[in-house]
Amino acid sequence: MKDMKKAKMVDFDTEYAPKSSNPVGKVIVTIILILWTVINIFPIYFIFTFSLKSNDEIFGNNIAGLPRNWIWSNYTRALGTGNMGLYFLNSILVTGAAILISLIAALMATYAITRIKWRASKLANAFFMLGLTIPLQASIVPVFFVLKELHWLNKYSTLIIPYSAFALAMAILICTGFMVEIPYDLDEAARIDGCGLWRTFYQIILPLMKPAYATVGIYSYLQCWNEFMFANVFISDSAHRTLPIGIQQLSGSYTTDWGPIGAALVIATFPTLIFYISLSRRIQESFIAGAVKG
Amino acid sequence: MAGQVKDINSSKQRRKKNIILGFNIFLFLLPALFLFVSILIAPIVMNVFWSFHDWNGMTKDMTFIGLKNYQKLFSNSVTLNFKVALKNSLILALFSVFVQLPMALGLALILGRKPKGERFFLTVFFMPVLISTVVIGQMWLKIYNPDYGLLNSFLKLIKLETWTHIWVSDPKTALGSIVVPTIWQYVGYHMLLMYAGVKGVSPDLREAAMLDGATPSQVDRYVVIPIIKPIIRVSVIFAVTGSLKAYDLVYILTGGGPQKRTEVPSTLLQEQLFLANKYGMGSAISVMLIVLCFACALLITAAFREKDN
Repeated sequence: MKDMKKAKMVDFDTEYAPKSSNPVGKVIVTIILILWTVINIFPIYFIFTFSLKSNDEIFGNNIAGLPRNWIWSNYTRALGTGNMGLYFLNSILVTGAAILISLIAALMATYAITRIKWRASKLANAFFMLGLTIPLQASIVPVFFVLKELHWLNKYSTLIIPYSAFALAMAILICTGFMVEIPYDLDEAARIDGCGLWRTFYQIILPLMKPAYATVGIYSYLQCWNEFMFANVFISDSAHRTLPIGIQQLSGSYTTDWGPIGAALVIATFPTLIFYISLSRRIQESFIAGAVKG
Repeated sequence: MAGQVKDINSSKQRRKKNIILGFNIFLFLLPALFLFVSILIAPIVMNVFWSFHDWNGMTKDMTFIGLKNYQKLFSNSVTLNFKVALKNSLILALFSVFVQLPMALGLALILGRKPKGERFFLTVFFMPVLISTVVIGQMWLKIYNPDYGLLNSFLKLIKLETWTHIWVSDPKTALGSIVVPTIWQYVGYHMLLMYAGVKGVSPDLREAAMLDGATPSQVDRYVVIPIIKPIIRVSVIFAVTGSLKAYDLVYILTGGGPQKRTEVPSTLLQEQLFLANKYGMGSAISVMLIVLCFACALLITAAFREKDN
């Protein structure tokens, strides 16, 4: 927990700058940084440009250059016949619901663990923290079998419930970090004023936990938005596919036509990237808070 | 007498209060417990139970076969080569720990020295982490494509035609073509964690070391790295368990082929379930994965503690 506090206060603007560094070293460092930047940006440029090309250009001599003819109809084809619009909405629905459910469950559990005094609270916390190490593969066989027996495959909830469960441990960890920082006097004062546990929870604690919502949300978003294994195994009808599965299917059926595939890749990627670039500091801090658990 | 009665009453009241409190705690925990037990804990128990059985997942008859599934995992079977899958995971883990993490650490240390454009570089380096593995996989398939792919075209351009391969289908290069994107994608993730640690080192400490005549690289080596060791430990755990769990990129790039050479435990698991209907064996693979993940996490933690002493 201590590490997390430290991480939350990461100061991006510390007034530290080394004075003595040799120019040769500086040049090497700059080259490394620029090279790695190119390696990281190039793929994004690559999928964007090939999403606008025809097969002639891609298979001809213009693999890496800018498109000669900008074929925006690749996008209408990816959205139309490729169904990417539907998959995009499915992803939003599944991810949004999973974030909401895991957040509510985590807030309630964290409240019981950190703000109510009882003997086994530490044990309960340790129990939930097991979830950080349990791999997704641990539950795929039984969950698949049970869902199949209950005829529960190919629904939105088929993915929403497992996603919420796997996002839960991290959500509790993050919420704990935020909740222990709320002064305990507040609960005391509320109790003296006649507030019960539930009213204290939703009138005092929940409003003060707002910063945690964003952190939990960002973390769970990435976990669910890009999840592939469960979606690949549990969803077989096209009506409930999420983006990753949709792209995989599209690439299978359109192997001869690369343009719409490129468009699908862009549709799946760019909203996240734009969101990230506009909120990069906030998102980076969330990741640090989530991952550095000491 | 009166006092005693009062005591009994109040202790009765207290007990009643405790029961109500306990019930409330239970209610607060209920949603989390429900999710956790139904999706994580119960399946693990079922996995362990099923892993001792021969079962096709459809009929009711389950034959108890003890540890036979596990024995079979480690025998030399052609259709189910768990040893090869484990070896591939291990190779992935070695590359992650000895290539990816040093790269991440290097970048974090460089950015920790406040170069120009620090924020820009940090933002760009983290970007691949946000991209879905399916997108990354499909993108790399386009790069690796033997006829039209970027890689072979580039090699032809610089007259290294003999170096061209049918990357993902060539037994010699298939595993390598999985390793490269895997490492590339998560360098940024580890870099961000380590960068946070580097930034947490107090500037006073750095300055004191500099005043004592330490060069920037000596400061990194003797001051910064020891301080961020707990973060490096977390990174090593994530890298190793992540390699054990690898699935997405393998499935998309090679599907375990050619000739099952790039199989990893998770692709085997999926094959056992859907191609062979062997639920017992699938469960055994799951159990092995859980055990290995926990064991690796514990071992790495212990190794780091040992080093400290």
